[in-house]
Amino acid sequence: MKKFFIVLVSILILIWFLVPILLTFLYSITPEEDYYNPNKILPSKFTFKQIKDLLILLGAWKAVIRSIQVALIAILFSFLLGIPASYALVRYKFKGKDSIRLLILLTRTFPLMVVAVPLLMVYMKLNLNDTIISVALAHTSMVLPFMVLLGASVFATIPEEFEEAAMVDGLSRAQAVIRITIPLSIQGLTAASIIAFVMSWNEVFASAILTLTNRTLPAYVINTAYASTDVYKFAAGVIMAIPAMIFMFLVRKNLVTVWGLSLK
Amino acid sequence: MSLYNKSREDAHPSRDGHLLKRNTNHKAKTLKNYTPYLLCLPAILYLAIFIGYPLIQAFVLAFTKPSVGFTLDNLKSVLTSQGFKEALGNTLLISVIVIPLQIVLALFLSLFVNTRFKGHMFLIYVITIPLALSEITAGLMSYSIFSSMGFLNKLLINLNLIDKPIYFFGYTYKLREFIVIILSELWRATPLVFVILLAGLQSIDKEYIEAAEVDGATWWEKLTKIIIPLLQPSLLSALLLRTTFAFQVFGNIWILVGRDIPVLAGEAYYWQTEIRNANIASAYAIIIAILTIIFAFLYIKTLESSYLES
Repeated sequence: MKKFFIVLVSILILIWFLVPILLTFLYSITPEEDYYNPNKILPSKFTFKQIKDLLILLGAWKAVIRSIQVALIAILFSFLLGIPASYALVRYKFKGKDSIRLLILLTRTFPLMVVAVPLLMVYMKLNLNDTIISVALAHTSMVLPFMVLLGASVFATIPEEFEEAAMVDGLSRAQAVIRITIPLSIQGLTAASIIAFVMSWNEVFASAILTLTNRTLPAYVINTAYASTDVYKFAAGVIMAIPAMIFMFLVRKNLVTVWGLSLK
Repeated sequence: MSLYNKSREDAHPSRDGHLLKRNTNHKAKTLKNYTPYLLCLPAILYLAIFIGYPLIQAFVLAFTKPSVGFTLDNLKSVLTSQGFKEALGNTLLISVIVIPLQIVLALFLSLFVNTRFKGHMFLIYVITIPLALSEITAGLMSYSIFSSMGFLNKLLINLNLIDKPIYFFGYTYKLREFIVIILSELWRATPLVFVILLAGLQSIDKEYIEAAEVDGATWWEKLTKIIIPLLQPSLLSALLLRTTFAFQVFGNIWILVGRDIPVLAGEAYYWQTEIRNANIASAYAIIIAILTIIFAFLYIKTLESSYLES
């Protein structure tokens, strides 16, 4: 009885969460004439025409490349700027520490859409509008608070004694951190970077406001979706979904801990 | 938390060489006091430049007009416009419907998964997939079901329940559009609540629940008298975090129905990209900011108090 209940509920959950995803994948490789035929629930054959057209003919691959570039720059910057702060928040006791933590928490919930418009004005003055770097800088401000907090919780799991031992052996504190603490935290920091990548990859509002021609993928899609037929919309959905889903799969083992922490 | 500087310095006197070096080197010590600030400085500076400054500029834009200077006109024209009333109304209505449903759904999902049957890890992965998707992707995925040639219509036509497709989109079908948005938001954002609650559940000591079981508590009693009270911090933070995000809802709705059902962030986007009026767009943005700040502040306060309790 109990087993039956578990199976039944599991199936319902799987249907609710997976059906929209599977259908989008299915329709993205359904020939247009099959999709628009109301009598055909399942396509008679598959085609990669929409995905190919979208990526090559319509130039979405450029948007894909730009999205990747933006995300990588945002991760790099937030790493370089954020990780020292994470370290300070864990290993030092100092005045104003709680205020700093609070400030970072506040910026974490802060919507990028509020600063997108004024940022565009600033970028226009600096002749930076419509560039990859302008979006990457905005995304850095979105990812950075998250990186600081997640980095701090990763460092908190590494015993400080390891660093002390290395320092007794004659290493400076910085050396000890680079040679001992960072390598030990690499798994946690990688998970953090992956989630940071997904955040940037998915961000649409600021990207769409800050760029006109050099659009990232979501900004490109939101701009062109209206003029596209349904199968092309689904193709766009699939192109956006695949990397994010792969990355989530990579962090699946510490998914709940990492996301739980990232949302805290 | 016990691994602070102080305890380390206490541990040092046994190492004579170190102690001597440290006492004689005053310069190094003062530098050391600055170290945490220097480490935090780059991040703080960056946030000040890229969030603090633009935030101030957002207020400047909202309260000025080109060639006029300071004015309340933008805010006035926004606050009195029909578009704003509708956008605010829709944003709040969607939140009020979606958030309680999400909390309940996510609570049951996390309780169910936390019984840790065989295959529960796979289920967790599936439930969290929408977390990895952008709002637009989530919107497109709902579209695969509800579009006029989508799965639902095809299914109903093939079962001979209808002859022509039911239209879920279009200006004349606002109620249907609204229902699709609610379902889409439920699908997209329930996993966020789920993850927070599951993390909370996993940190509850099993002994409490076992003790209740020994006392013969029913499932409902266990849920309402033990689990929910113990889960309260997680529930509260999920609630507030979801609420702050609800004010920013945009991509999902924009891709599905455009401005048929206006929301605050959608209006900001519309005024900036279509009308090219940065002042009105900023007025919308600061309204979102103010709503967000209120709830974010409450959120942080609850986090703080639960942090102090533990």
